[in-house]
Amino acid sequence: MSLNTPIGKVRGLGSARNGTHHWWMQKIAAVALIPLTIWFVASVVQMTTADYFTVIAWLSSPISAILMLMYVVVGVYHLRLGLQAIVEDYIHSEGMKTGIQFSILFGCTIIAVAAIFSVLKIAL
Amino acid sequence: MATTKRPTSPHLQIYKWGAHMVLSILHRASGVALGGGTLLLAWWLIALASGPDEYALFQTCMKSIPGKIVLMGFTLALMLHLCNGIRHLFWDMGKGLDVETTARTNIMVFLGTVILTAISWIIGYGLV
Repeated sequence: MSLNTPIGKVRGLGSARNGTHHWWMQKIAAVALIPLTIWFVASVVQMTTADYFTVIAWLSSPISAILMLMYVVVGVYHLRLGLQAIVEDYIHSEGMKTGIQFSILFGCTIIAVAAIFSVLKIAL
Repeated sequence: MATTKRPTSPHLQIYKWGAHMVLSILHRASGVALGGGTLLLAWWLIALASGPDEYALFQTCMKSIPGKIVLMGFTLALMLHLCNGIRHLFWDMGKGLDVETTARTNIMVFLGTVILTAISWIIGYGLV
């Protein structure tokens, strides 16, 4: 027996009114992050002892810059969705929950914009 | 919070801890830790964009003992989240959910984390 109304059943969006969108986006980002993380680690381990100009030369190439931008954007998006889910699970006071969700979104946006601007400044 | 006196289901402290429970909470913990790692990545990129002096400061911090500990934590968290995340994607497809397979993939995730971290550091710092 379902307690869903017929229109609710057709929409399939559940009590959070978002359906499986949040979960699905988290998974798509996760899949994209597998090759991006492998590229990131494989690249960064070659930069640990490199000097400033070597790292700049590497990040100035279009391929490196494009992949770094994708890693930052997809990574921060995945981070925001994950942190949001943790707050929804563990924080029950409405005011606290809203406040932390604002901070997460603001913080993630600031990190992403700062990182994107830096990569563009280096590469362009 | 609900204040009714309904019976509650047994909670975490009732159960004996197993590797699957440790990995479950470590997946979230490593995810939060990677938020800090993302800050570090942003600092690296900002330092690079700011010029050689700013980058020298970043390098000095990362070469220090606390800096190395943070980087080691970042690498471990990244590898754990990567390995366990791949397992989660298989679970999402309905594969490997039985007890025997989960016990085996627990070990694979732990080993994968340690091995990938070791390889990254050996290549990164020429430790051989």
